[in-house]
Amino acid sequence: MRVALFVTCLNDTMFPDTGRATVSLLERLGVTVDFPVGQTCCGQMHINSGYRREATTMMRGFLGAFAGYDAIVAPSSSCVGTVRHQFPKLADEAGDPGLTRDVEEVSPRIYDLSEFLVDRLGVEDVGAYFPHTVTYHSTCHSRRGIMLGDRPYRLLRAVRGLTLIDLPNSEECCGFGGTFSVKNPDVSVAMGSDKVRHVRETGAEVLVAADRSCLMHLGGLVSRSRGGVKTMHLAEVLAQTEESGHGHRRAS
Amino acid sequence: MSAKADILSRIRAARPDVTFDSPSDAYAIPRDYLRSPSVPEGIVDLFCERVADYKARVERVPAAGVPAAIAAALTTLGAQRVGVADGLPEEWRAALVASGVDVVTEHPGAALDIDALQALDAVVTGSAVAIAETGTIVLDGGATSGRRALTLVPDTHLCIVSVDDIVDGVPAALARLSPTRPLTWISGPSATSDIELQRVEGVHGPRTLHVLVVDPSGD
Amino acid sequence: MSRAFIGMPAFPAGAKEALGNPQLRSNLHHATTTIRDKRARVIAELPEWEDLRLSGAAIKDDVGRHLDRYLEQFEAEFTAAGGHVHWARDADEANRIVVDLVRATGETEVVKVKSMVTVECALNEALAEAGITALETDLAELIVQLADDLPSHILVPAIHLSRGEIREIFLANMSGVRDDLTDDPADLAGSARAYLRKRFMSAKVGISGANFMIADTGTLVVLESEGNGRMCLTLPETLISVVGIEKMLPTWSDLEVFMQLLPRSSTAERMNPYTTMWTGAHAGDGPKNVHVVLLDNGRTRALADPVGRQALRCIRCSACLNVCPVYERVGGKAYGSVYPGPIGAILNPLLHSVDNGPVEKSLPFASTLCGRCFEVCPVRIDIPDVLIHLRGRVVEETHHGLPGAEELGMRAAGLVLAKPGLLGAAQRAMGVASRLLSHRSTIGALPIPGWGANWSGARDIPVPPRQSFRRWWRRSHRSELPIPPSAQPQTRSETP
Repeated sequence: MRVALFVTCLNDTMFPDTGRATVSLLERLGVTVDFPVGQTCCGQMHINSGYRREATTMMRGFLGAFAGYDAIVAPSSSCVGTVRHQFPKLADEAGDPGLTRDVEEVSPRIYDLSEFLVDRLGVEDVGAYFPHTVTYHSTCHSRRGIMLGDRPYRLLRAVRGLTLIDLPNSEECCGFGGTFSVKNPDVSVAMGSDKVRHVRETGAEVLVAADRSCLMHLGGLVSRSRGGVKTMHLAEVLAQTEESGHGHRRAS
Repeated sequence: MSAKADILSRIRAARPDVTFDSPSDAYAIPRDYLRSPSVPEGIVDLFCERVADYKARVERVPAAGVPAAIAAALTTLGAQRVGVADGLPEEWRAALVASGVDVVTEHPGAALDIDALQALDAVVTGSAVAIAETGTIVLDGGATSGRRALTLVPDTHLCIVSVDDIVDGVPAALARLSPTRPLTWISGPSATSDIELQRVEGVHGPRTLHVLVVDPSGD
Repeated sequence: MSRAFIGMPAFPAGAKEALGNPQLRSNLHHATTTIRDKRARVIAELPEWEDLRLSGAAIKDDVGRHLDRYLEQFEAEFTAAGGHVHWARDADEANRIVVDLVRATGETEVVKVKSMVTVECALNEALAEAGITALETDLAELIVQLADDLPSHILVPAIHLSRGEIREIFLANMSGVRDDLTDDPADLAGSARAYLRKRFMSAKVGISGANFMIADTGTLVVLESEGNGRMCLTLPETLISVVGIEKMLPTWSDLEVFMQLLPRSSTAERMNPYTTMWTGAHAGDGPKNVHVVLLDNGRTRALADPVGRQALRCIRCSACLNVCPVYERVGGKAYGSVYPGPIGAILNPLLHSVDNGPVEKSLPFASTLCGRCFEVCPVRIDIPDVLIHLRGRVVEETHHGLPGAEELGMRAAGLVLAKPGLLGAAQRAMGVASRLLSHRSTIGALPIPGWGANWSGARDIPVPPRQSFRRWWRRSHRSELPIPPSAQPQTRSETP
């Protein structure tokens, strides 16, 4: 099985540790991961802002970079949602049958990390060790977009030493919403503050999610107030072992 | 162009994709909701339960007990002047008269005027159909239901429902009702939740709804 | 008097103002969470709920395909039953028709049942200009009217007001009200009953909307709770109903789907207290002069949008409002139009075009696309999908003249993100910046006008990392640069 990593433009640029953790985790589980260097972005931000032509160009780039792989793994449920649900629409609008064919070929092969682990590799216990209290934010894309269901919870519960605390009101949006966070900052911050309040209510040391985008928004609010809660992507938690501590060494 | 012609042509222009007249298989409307009745056995019990949920008073009476039940209810409610639908069975109307209330029958073609309606303390009617699942009574403006204003203006409505007219759910009710008649669906007394979402019973319609569920076979 | 929504600011401005009102937020939170929970319970009783949703969506889509045929059928049936049918292309035409019909009766006062479409048309204002007083009879609409305010919710328009505020409004504006009126909801409702009852009994003209109209029988249907609908629909001599053309249902039995979907989705009840169904004029029962005004006012424009037309399935239940985290925090007025919340964010731009003004242009962005609205919509309108589609239309149809800062920024970002080389270069530039900020882990103030300030007003942002992921990969996996599968040599030669 040829597996490619779609690290996503956000992780590539702002949160490389999420990408490194994903690689380290998959390699530990015996998966050889390629990183097609032709990749850039799935176009989600442009689609959600209405710049569909630019997004279509990015989509073509994505399809070219990832052609021929059996599986594409992405540590971002929102990007997976874009590839699955928005790519077919963009291709339809472009009226290019070749493009539609490429989308039909590639889109079904993308997986969110937790989907790949649970559904393709069939594992819930990834051999991780993380002795901390954790609460999990089920992002709207993971919950209602690609419907990850309880996969992330099962993965987290199998982590040795980890105490998972339920987040109250978990079904409510955190208020990030992509460009909503800057086009409607007042409402975005009001929603985020409510979410942070619930996070603090759990007393957890770490807030985990399947999307670094929501974590950036919530983490930014936490940091601006009294701090005290660390944000980590699910991949980063699952990559932790007794030996790893911080930083991610490649499994040799 | 007339407004009608304009609107119709805009509609057609909006749908260049529609080239067929009647629904094709591709667009057949699924009706899977009809597959299984969601209402268990005992629709009469269910109806009574659901009506009571709306804070209406419900009593089950055998056919023979109806006149006494009507009289007793009206006494409890302190109703002295009572309007009656023309189609109410004669024996019930006679029993009412005998009990001492002023009975005002609204005959077809001789509608009570608004002052006469306002002077009524209560109104007694039958009904056309009742729905168990939702606790709904449907009046159809006919002889047993009475004219719509008759059941609207007085503050108390005593409504008689025959168990033979109780159906399980909304689809069955619609099948029995005639759309050429003026229909009033009643599910409890009037209510509003407009003030801080607190439900307040009794705004404009009859504030008291009293339902007699009658088994014509007498049991 | 309910003012028409003219000159309302774009959503972000309306939202900011609303957020500054803690009473509003508290009322909205209480209202929406209460209804939300009730709705969940009452829907759990129906195992066929999803089937009803699918049928409801399919029936409404059928209406959208054959609306011309159904409208003509309805007109024929309603007329044959003694009613009168009028057609109105827009709000002004509808208002003229209604004013003329009222004038023909010689009356100068009418009683009204709550009808959003008449607010859409600003009918009350048109009537007032013609010297005709329209008295709203729904308790919440009456409150809003007496307060000269605007409704904030489709179903409970006065939800932004506390009982104390309502008491004040009644004392100040309701003639004949008792001096010792308390703020107990039962007392308030009782005083409204007394005030309105006199007027119901003497009204000669009633004006309403309709929830549904049925093509094959010529029937109109109005669902309500308080009884004022029954009063306005049956006591006056003349009844005029203004109905949006999308309220159509094809057949009598189709009503069975919607009489189950609507009460449970809106007031979260098995059935609402009163529903009136009438077909033309009924001899000896109710109004003798029965009119319906079929209104377009942008519905055909919405119908022409292949992705957006699903918004016309809407049955105005307001379930989407009750689950929307944005609506919950800002209420209806921030949406600057008759229809607020998620459905308003798509319906208003579709009816009036995205280019109509700052409100229509901003509404498609008044959402985080969280998707809760789609989950609860009884007719399965995929609101997030339509929002994304409308955002594309905003960019395509409203960007005139020289591009603004947002457009320049997005197009530039699009260029950078299209090419791995450019992306890498941009990342290296950010890495330089982060070296300069090496003593910090977060940035408190982003020196970018507009969006930068919007982010960092209340949020920190991490300092960009020194090294992007792709840079790390190249360094750590240099010896193992994979050959993409598509570039691997083929075992058989390509045929030219």
